Order: sequence, then C-alpha cells, then structure tokens
Amino acid sequence: MQSKNEMKIEFDARSVNEGFARLAVAAFIAGQNPTLDEISDIKTAVSEAVTNAIIHGYDNPGEKVALSCRIEGNEVEIIVEDTGRGIADVKKAMEPFFTTKPELERSGMGFAFMEAFMDTVEVDSAPGRGTRVIMRKKIGIREGS
Amino acid sequence: MEHHYELKEGCLTILMPRELDHHQASQLKAEADLLIEAYHVRKLIFDFSGTEFMDSSGIGVIIGRCKSMGFAGGEVSARNLNERLKKIFIVSGLQKIVKTDF
Repeated sequence: MQSKNEMKIEFDARSVNEGFARLAVAAFIAGQNPTLDEISDIKTAVSEAVTNAIIHGYDNPGEKVALSCRIEGNEVEIIVEDTGRGIADVKKAMEPFFTTKPELERSGMGFAFMEAFMDTVEVDSAPGRGTRVIMRKKIGIREGS
Repeated sequence: MEHHYELKEGCLTILMPRELDHHQASQLKAEADLLIEAYHVRKLIFDFSGTEFMDSSGIGVIIGRCKSMGFAGGEVSARNLNERLKKIFIVSGLQKIVKTDF
C-alpha cells in the first residue's frame, strides 16, 4: 500500500533551530520504519541544508527558513528553502572543501555530506532569489525484506 | 551549553557536546583556542564518548584546532567515536589528519 504524508514548517534563521529542524524531520519519518542509519543520514543532511540557509542565505537572523518533508511510498523528499542571498555558481558551491566563509572555519563539506547521505540532491538558486535544496532518499528497505 | 575540559601536563582533553553542529561549534572553538594558547597545550584529545550527532560544522572545529595546535608541533587525536561518527570521519577524510582509535 502506498502511504502519503506531508508536513511543512517555517522557523527563524537562527542556529538554535538547526537541532529543532533535524529532530522534526526524524520524528516525522519515524512511522516509516527507517533504520537507525537512515535516520542518522537524513538528520545529517537536514542539518547541513538548514545550516547553509542560516549562515549563507541571510545576514539577519529574523529571516525565515522553510522546511518541508513529504513521504510517498518508501521515498522521503525534503525541501529546505530560504529567500536570501542565493548562490551565483551552484556547481562551484557543491565542490568539496569550497567555502565562502573560511573565517568561520566552515569545512566546505556541506553539500558533499548531503550527497553522501541522501540518494539525490538538487539545488535551485539564483543571486537575490534565495536557495531551494531538494533531497530524496528511499528508506525502510532492509536486506532480505 | 557548557563544555567540559580536562588539562593535565600539557595535554588538553575536550569532552565534546552531545550534538556537535554549527550552533554548538562557535563557543567550543573560542574556548578551546583560549586554553590551547594559555596553557601551551602540546597534545589535544577530542573525546566523543558523549556525542550522538555531528555534522560538517564539527569537521571545521577539528581542522581549525589542528591549525591552532600548529601542524608541526602538537598532536591531535579523537577517541570514543560511535559507529556514526566513524562514518562521518571516513566520509570527510578526517581520519587521515587526526589520530583515531579505529
């Protein structure tokens, strides 16, 4: 049977909400019978995308980050969206170790982690228009089942 | 959140927080650098026994402290990593620049 479920939340672009965002997604997908590894993978990817939106999207912590999550069958789709600065060169931004904030000791591994822990990652962004990151992953598929 | 440190004969052990993300990272970095400089730390140990979550912000914290210690002089290691953290270390290549127990 194909189950379908969706949620959307919006929160201030403050670092304290990074933990909230990944826990909210973990709680939402819990009913899909994911493995602990799958939950950890998704939490890490959400943390990366939300941290990027907070650090790179905005100068003002009062701005908002939108997070939506949709489950269809055994696939989870997560969208993290800001309406901030945007990315001029998405390809460059996704290169491992590339960062525009070395002074903050950003490792430049954010997108690399999203790609390592999710099945697919798409980035839609333009300067002044904000950034939308769409990540998908199949969950709850155990070997032998 | 408060972070915990142990200092003994030039060896600084940092007890890493339960969740190491960008939010936790900034205070931890500042405090660790202060201690490294003030006490001429030669050996730095990141103890992850209480850590359940870490994202790429944690990588930045560790690489940054390697720099503070000076690549030539001091020694940096990480211990008590759970399976998840080992995966993070391997994916990021961190286990090549920091001594680990796996």
